[in-house]
Amino acid sequence: MSELTFELNEEQQLLREEVRRFAVERIRPGTAERDKNHEFPKDIIAEMAEMGLLGMMVPEAYDGAEMDVLTYAIAVEELATVCPSVAVTMSVTNSVCCWPIQEFGSDEVKEAVLPELAAGGAIGGFGLTEPGSGSDAGSMKTVARLEGDEWVIDGEKAWITNGAYGKYFVVLARTSPGKGTQGISAIVVPSDAPGFRVGGSEEKMGLKASNTTALYFDSCRVPASYLLGEEGKGFRIAMATLDHSRVGIAAQSVGIHQRALELAVSYAKERVQFGVPIAKHQAIQFKIASMATELAAARTLTYYAASRGHSPEAGRLASQAKLYASEAANRACWEALQIHGGNGFCEDYEIARLYRDVRITTIYEGTSEMQRMVIARHLTR
Amino acid sequence: MYIQLNDEQKMLRDEVRRFADEVVKPIAKETDEKGIFPTDVIRQAGEMGLTGVAVPEEWGGAGMDVISYCIVVEEISRVCGSTGVILSVNNSLVCDPIMKFGNDEQKELFLKPLAAGEKLGCFALTEPGAGSDAAALRTTARRDGDDYVLNGNKVFITNGTHADVAIVFASVDLALGHKGITAFLVPAEIDGYSHGIHEYKLGVNGSGTTELAFEDMRIPAAFRLGEEGEGFKVAMSTLDGGRIGIASQAVGIAQGAFEEAVQYAKEREQFGKPISSFQAIQHYLADMSTELDAARLLTWKAAWTKMNRKRFTLEAAQAKLYSSEMAQRVTNLAVQIHGGYGYIREYNVERYFRDARITEIYEGTSEIQKMVIANWVLNQG
Ligand SMILES: Cc1cc2nc3c(=O)[nH]c(=O)nc-3n(C[C@H](O)[C@H](O)[C@H](O)COP(=O)(O)OP(=O)(O)OC[C@H]3O[C@@H](n4cnc5c(N)ncnc54)[C@H](O)[C@@H]3O)c2cc1C
Ligand SMILES: Cc1cc2nc3c(=O)[nH]c(=O)nc-3n(C[C@H](O)[C@H](O)[C@H](O)COP(=O)(O)OP(=O)(O)OC[C@H]3O[C@@H](n4cnc5c(N)ncnc54)[C@H](O)[C@@H]3O)c2cc1C
Repeated sequence: MSELTFELNEEQQLLREEVRRFAVERIRPGTAERDKNHEFPKDIIAEMAEMGLLGMMVPEAYDGAEMDVLTYAIAVEELATVCPSVAVTMSVTNSVCCWPIQEFGSDEVKEAVLPELAAGGAIGGFGLTEPGSGSDAGSMKTVARLEGDEWVIDGEKAWITNGAYGKYFVVLARTSPGKGTQGISAIVVPSDAPGFRVGGSEEKMGLKASNTTALYFDSCRVPASYLLGEEGKGFRIAMATLDHSRVGIAAQSVGIHQRALELAVSYAKERVQFGVPIAKHQAIQFKIASMATELAAARTLTYYAASRGHSPEAGRLASQAKLYASEAANRACWEALQIHGGNGFCEDYEIARLYRDVRITTIYEGTSEMQRMVIARHLTR
Repeated sequence: MYIQLNDEQKMLRDEVRRFADEVVKPIAKETDEKGIFPTDVIRQAGEMGLTGVAVPEEWGGAGMDVISYCIVVEEISRVCGSTGVILSVNNSLVCDPIMKFGNDEQKELFLKPLAAGEKLGCFALTEPGAGSDAAALRTTARRDGDDYVLNGNKVFITNGTHADVAIVFASVDLALGHKGITAFLVPAEIDGYSHGIHEYKLGVNGSGTTELAFEDMRIPAAFRLGEEGEGFKVAMSTLDGGRIGIASQAVGIAQGAFEEAVQYAKEREQFGKPISSFQAIQHYLADMSTELDAARLLTWKAAWTKMNRKRFTLEAAQAKLYSSEMAQRVTNLAVQIHGGYGYIREYNVERYFRDARITEIYEGTSEIQKMVIANWVLNQG
């Protein structure tokens, strides 16, 4: 029996170093510019595909890196310290696109799409949300019907990360009207499927170098074998996928939090007021102590959830990690900006971008309120 | 990263939980209300090995690890915060420094009976004029031949009313500041030693807090713990370990309150349904469980770091700061969930709420923890 340890294993430590080096050398130099220009980091994503960062948990049989959830979370964290936009582009491909396909897909669909996603440079997306159906995902209106050996999909999805650049999307649609969440199915839709169209890119507050669009399905046709799991099981697949992927958003939040702390510390040591660096003022010190303590709590919760991915409590642990880490990261960015004073409000300083970027973390992949509902359900049943 | 208890730790947890529920809990209310020191409970705890959990068996202890020690303090505090701190002090503020700084004769004479629960110890650092600023203590120790003669007063000493042995901090030369501070092992029956009656407190009211007075108290030089002038180091390094105990106490108190809150929320009906069906109550419970998990993980992380690394000052301070602040929030919400009944002495949450308050004050206030953490992050990180 293993003994309790808080240490990362060698593979995890090596991967952390590798991703950190890549992020600092290749991603950081252009982060601010891409944010300003709303520019999607195509070249960087291509390099990440070569490094195996887009199919981290995909089995080797499908050209993936077959790593565990914790290793994946560490990669997301390191990317997010440097560029949260790159981190979400990568995490969506790994955990809400590859993962449900590898877990629930037919051999045919796995062979058709996983190697391309894992190692071929393609990225993916996940289409759950609709204009009228956000937190209440079960109320979706997109429909799909089987015609011969094809699914025919009609409807629209909103705010889909990687929308304009994704090659494959896991799309949720109603296949048996009148059966509520039991009538929803998950289907893989390639972007070149007939009847598939991408909307314009959204103008967002943050994550500007990530791509978010609507998806339109107009009698969009895909092979019958592109159904994930069974007909009617899509809602459960979506929820299982989110249970799994929330660890990624928790890790993204931890990365942002880490960076906010670093920026706050270096600014506080340099900025002089009343004749001393502001780091000498106790109020500033205490903000830094709180940020560091909450970071330790968030990171530990996140790694714990990631390392317990197969336990019966996995869903609750992932929700706890996502809830806590995202809210703590928001507080940390708020305090770090405060420590920067007026400079923090100017886009010349990195904290201004982080402050915008971090805001999404308590919203997507289930708002904080939804996480609390998930956790409470576990507690009161 | 592998965070699960091993079989031995799980067995210990089950055993201590049974003892807590069957023996400690039934008298917890009276212990608090009347301020009765739970002598009989502590005797039984000693027989179970709970008074020297991490002390090696050859020195009278149970020979377990620091995580096991956390489990003991948490499980006991889950039903009685007073008993929790009594054990925490004996284990980590008394046995620990003798183990670390004592010589074999001192271990034979003092550690063995203290670890085995035949004697009870206390830790006497605080003075009327020296709280957070412990180095400002005024108790003096004058060398006189083979003895030291101690004069001075200590306040707020846990276990003070019942201790057989006190670790006393005194200065051999006040002009040297903290470099003059020296630690002594003092048998309570020695001439010149006296203690007051117990302080009537807001919480942990059964923990025998009192003042100590030393009047021309003659101590053999052989009872000096560590070197002359080494006392401040003894005190600070001991408190690093003690903070893991107080963090565990805070987790235990919060866990007790949380369990009562979950049960009450399921039973109490208003507006025709259990209050647990109301979203506000559900979200309180979700936040409570999330913070509890975070605090327990930080505490175990500090314990693990103590076992595996040289320095654990940062981890212990973060665990103590976070857990104690968490305990305020969790016990507060537990009272809120109980409504008016939460304010009534018949219900346990009222006691938990009061007991939690001290965890942010002793063994270094939250402000002192933040100073430690900020110093680490700003200057050593
Ligand atoms: C940048 C970005 C990227 C995204 N990427 C994707 C993607 O790749 N794929 C995808 O499918 N979706 C994606 N989304 C959508 C995202 O998951 C939704 O925005 C999110 O689920 C919330 O839904 P909503 O915006 O409709 O808010 P609403 O559901 O309308 O919620 C509004 C508010 O009401 C609260 N609320 C709602 N219901 C309840 C309730 N029962 N009890 C208490 N409070 C409640 C919410 O918590 C929130 O505070 C993305 C969104 C953004 C902004
Ligand atoms: C029930 C109980 C049990 C105890 N058990 C023991 C024991 O067994 N042994 C023992 O030696 N002591 C014990 N103590 C003492 C305890 O450790 C002290 O109360 C504690 O260290 C705080 O000291 P103080 O009460 O003098 O407060 P002060 O030091 O006077 O602090 C008052 C306030 O000022 C803040 N403050 C002080 N200095 C600073 C600073 N530099 N910057 C910012 N804020 C500051 C504090 O955080 C606090 O909020 C116990 C106390 C209690 C109440």
